[in-house]
Amino acid sequence: MTKNLRVKSSKLVDETYRISFKFNGTTYYGFKGDTLASALLANNIHLVGRSFKYHRPRGIMTAGSEEPNAIVQLHNGTSRTEPNVRATEIEIYEGLVASSQNCWPSVKFDIGGINNFLSPLLPAGFYYKTFMWPASFWEKYEYFIRKSAGLGKSPDVPDPDIYEHKYIHCDVLVIGAGISGIIAAKTAAKNGFKTLLVEEKSYLGGSTIYQDSEFFKINNQNSASWLEKEINEIKKIENLEIKTRTSVAAFHGYNFLLARENLTDHLPLEQRENKTRQRLLKIRAKKVITATGSIERPLIFDNNDRPGILLSSAIKKYADLFGVACGEKNILFTNNDSAYETAISLIQKGIKVQAIIDNREEIDSKLIKETEKNNIKIYKGYTIVDTFGYKRINSVSIMKLSKDGQKVIGSKENISCDSLGISGGWTPAVHLFTQSGGKLKFRDDDQVFIPNTYPSNQISIGSCNGDFTLDEILINAPKLLKEFLNIKKTEYENIEIYSAFNKSKRNIWLLPSYKIVGKTKSFVDFQNDATAKDIKLALREGFRSIEHVKRYTTTGMGTDQGKLGNMHALGIISETASSKMGELGTTTFRPPYTPLTFGAIVGRNVGKYFDITRKTPIHEWHVENKAEFENVGQWKRAWYYPQNGENMHEAVQRESKAARDSAGILDASTLGKIDIQGTDASEFLNRVYTNAWSKLEIGKCRYGLMLNEDGMVYDDGVTTRLDENHYIMTTTTGGAATVLGKLEDYLQTEWPELDVYLTSVTDHYATISVCGPNSKKIIQKVIPEIDLSDKDFPHMSFKNSKIGKIKCRVMRISFTGEQSYEINIQANYAKSVWENCMEAGKEFNITPYGTETMHLLRAEKGFIIAGQDTDATMTPIDLQMDWIVSKKKFDFIGKRSLYRSDTIREDRKQLVGLITDNPEEILEEGAQIVADMNKTPIEMLGHVTSSYFSPNLKKSIALGVVKGGKNMMGQKLIIPMEKKQINVTVTDPVFLDKENKRLNA
Amino acid sequence: MFLINCPFCGEREQSEFKAGGEAHIVRPKQPTELSDDQWAEYLFMRKNIKGIQFERWNHIHGCRKWFNMVRDTSNDEIKAVYKMGEKPPVK
Repeated sequence: MTKNLRVKSSKLVDETYRISFKFNGTTYYGFKGDTLASALLANNIHLVGRSFKYHRPRGIMTAGSEEPNAIVQLHNGTSRTEPNVRATEIEIYEGLVASSQNCWPSVKFDIGGINNFLSPLLPAGFYYKTFMWPASFWEKYEYFIRKSAGLGKSPDVPDPDIYEHKYIHCDVLVIGAGISGIIAAKTAAKNGFKTLLVEEKSYLGGSTIYQDSEFFKINNQNSASWLEKEINEIKKIENLEIKTRTSVAAFHGYNFLLARENLTDHLPLEQRENKTRQRLLKIRAKKVITATGSIERPLIFDNNDRPGILLSSAIKKYADLFGVACGEKNILFTNNDSAYETAISLIQKGIKVQAIIDNREEIDSKLIKETEKNNIKIYKGYTIVDTFGYKRINSVSIMKLSKDGQKVIGSKENISCDSLGISGGWTPAVHLFTQSGGKLKFRDDDQVFIPNTYPSNQISIGSCNGDFTLDEILINAPKLLKEFLNIKKTEYENIEIYSAFNKSKRNIWLLPSYKIVGKTKSFVDFQNDATAKDIKLALREGFRSIEHVKRYTTTGMGTDQGKLGNMHALGIISETASSKMGELGTTTFRPPYTPLTFGAIVGRNVGKYFDITRKTPIHEWHVENKAEFENVGQWKRAWYYPQNGENMHEAVQRESKAARDSAGILDASTLGKIDIQGTDASEFLNRVYTNAWSKLEIGKCRYGLMLNEDGMVYDDGVTTRLDENHYIMTTTTGGAATVLGKLEDYLQTEWPELDVYLTSVTDHYATISVCGPNSKKIIQKVIPEIDLSDKDFPHMSFKNSKIGKIKCRVMRISFTGEQSYEINIQANYAKSVWENCMEAGKEFNITPYGTETMHLLRAEKGFIIAGQDTDATMTPIDLQMDWIVSKKKFDFIGKRSLYRSDTIREDRKQLVGLITDNPEEILEEGAQIVADMNKTPIEMLGHVTSSYFSPNLKKSIALGVVKGGKNMMGQKLIIPMEKKQINVTVTDPVFLDKENKRLNA
Repeated sequence: MFLINCPFCGEREQSEFKAGGEAHIVRPKQPTELSDDQWAEYLFMRKNIKGIQFERWNHIHGCRKWFNMVRDTSNDEIKAVYKMGEKPPVK
């Protein structure tokens, strides 16, 4: 049955503006300004979800981002569906649809609730202990665990919303707009600092803005009215920017912070179209003032998790700010004065307070006196030992505490209620401070961790710094600000403050019960269902480190990151293990403080903007001619050009054959190109390549191999001497950037005396490679003026030439083993030159080929691809490329490593050719190579690195690396596959034209 | 995320830079004269200390210059930056 629990209009809620929304299929009404939680409470709905492990009914517990229980799925079943949204944070809007999570078939009747009765079988570490065996069953276990443990559903269609990133630079960033944050922002801005104030809620003023009581006064006004005037003033300050609905997610080193600004989440759906939903702010602040406030602690007693049990401060906030009563018969349970603030607020609004149970004995407090005046029964020195009511609390059992607080004494007394407010004191919200690298200290007086040392230019003020009362804040914050901002005075020096709050507190981490701990369910982490019993079990099983206990019991590992219960977990550990709180430390607080959407994280970098795509200037031609593309780094490279429905294999066979029989053409523009100039260019190349370069004539090309200092092959390519002091180096497509980086590194740091300048020209020139027996004729037609005779223009040489008026460089170099020419031309002319080549080659059936055919053709010749046939463990000697390693050169990068004890081993993996017994059988790249199948364990000798069916040799060919392979020519080896064994013979890696006759054919 | 004072460009975001390992390791002038152990010392051995560390950094998305940095690894405080070839300004 629903009833209206709206008690009084309030500042935040606009009762003239009614909003309808749906929760679990039923339509309800709330008002503009309500959160989903306040609107549900106004409709007398407490039960909103089921707990994670035991599926116990759970209700709304807090009024902020620390909420562990009231997490819901929004917009069920639409593209905007979002799991794990805290009902306490989402503002209602017309058309909101939300539903409970982690329950089936419904929140009121949840089959998983049986876990609650099975709980003796589900201790801490249950999953670790149970699902270990047999290991092969894990996949089956996982399916059921995930199904029953659902924390909401993620959308299965793309997110329709727009997100963006924004950089902000400011002098002072103030986090949190409670009373401390307002004072700080005003002081900073008025002293000329460019200031940004961010607040996660929709309104400014924190908890003071609804502190409408004669017991808290500033300059003789109640604190709420005083603060309201301050807020009105700061809104007018020009160099102060205020952002509400903005939650700082991360506080990194050097005052770099990430914050999520919500722009449309509170608007009706139809008003959100084409608007940015969320913005990720990347803030770099010269100074940071953290004023994040504090979070009220729950109390840990048996069955402290029933729907209807809220933090006392949340009950106060729902009444004061939203005008909502959480119940009609309220009980408050406390160990400090905060609950009396709640009681007074409730009394003022005519909401019935049944009783107050206070752990403390007699205390001289104005707030208690005021409460007593209203004839409310206060049980002093008592504790709650149990609660009742399955889907909503209906009564509590209380008992007297012993003097030392370790036991309960006397007899039980029952009091009925429909709502229970609990208050265990306050925990400073130091999460962001510790994220930044700040170190905490423990204050024994009131058992709190507070900031101790700051790693950057920042301070914490207000209750996140341990100043909880109005007088402490208004005395300490201005002092700290003066020093931090280096200013002479603030306007808060001679302020009159009246606070009736008595600071005494009786801190008992785990409240005693008449039952033994093992028979109680005293929840420490509400979202993950971790109880005091679990923590004690972990300690009994030998866990000591707080980080280990956390992981074993899952305390603090929910979406709320244990904002409520972590301190109690620490307290229980320290009491049980008799260690000091301050020495235990805390678990690490990691970003984000509250969950971020993936949308906010990626911003505009989605779809085609996810990564940079590099295209050659000839790309459009490949597209028009139906090429399939392959990603090589960021490049899109033509992979093969299927014709008439060919598959890849058929297309590659045709392309490969055409390239050897007549002519093929390849877009090689993606190869890295580095322009090298300077009087020491030759010497530089001598040092970075394994072979000698000083004697290379102008106009000649040479293949080079580049090693790391550890002797392992790193990159390869052809470098051409254009002039006395001018070379152009080519690198592999993927290696271009790293090669340039490595060369720059050596030039700048090891050999700064060399006169050498490096410029990347990869994008400036396009490269068109024409190969095959008819390539010469085609190039001659495209560039009539050039002399292509073998005598004048032999293999491995270069010429400057012109196509029409356009300068180009022609290299006669070959990666296919065929006679081959490469035209390098300014990128913007490339497509038309390519088309010229196609036109000129028509009569020779010129065939465009892609990377797959290129790989096949070079494999026939045994040419390596750095990165495919090599990994970071192959020396040139391992590759059987001894010929390229200069014996004469005094030094080059990697030389000394080539004769380390490890690199001279005979049984290193070496590159060999592999021929299958069955010429039709194509090996799988990556397949293992073995010699003896009967040995146990079977010795892995190596693996296949490249494998193709060669249409020119009409058989399967492969390259592979094999231990000691160089000395195994002719030997039989085995490639064991899942269902068969393939027999191969080790051969020389060059399969075709060993004499290189085709280069001049 | 650090704010790094590139000696050539001034203060820039860390995302513009690449870390390049320990600084002041000089490549041996005559590698061929070194024993395997001596060469391995140069090639593989790097310090990983808690406290003051000398590092190489490259302003890879900026001026592309390499430079040295003195950083306290315990709190990430950058004590100094200086150009290649210069002596460290702090001990």
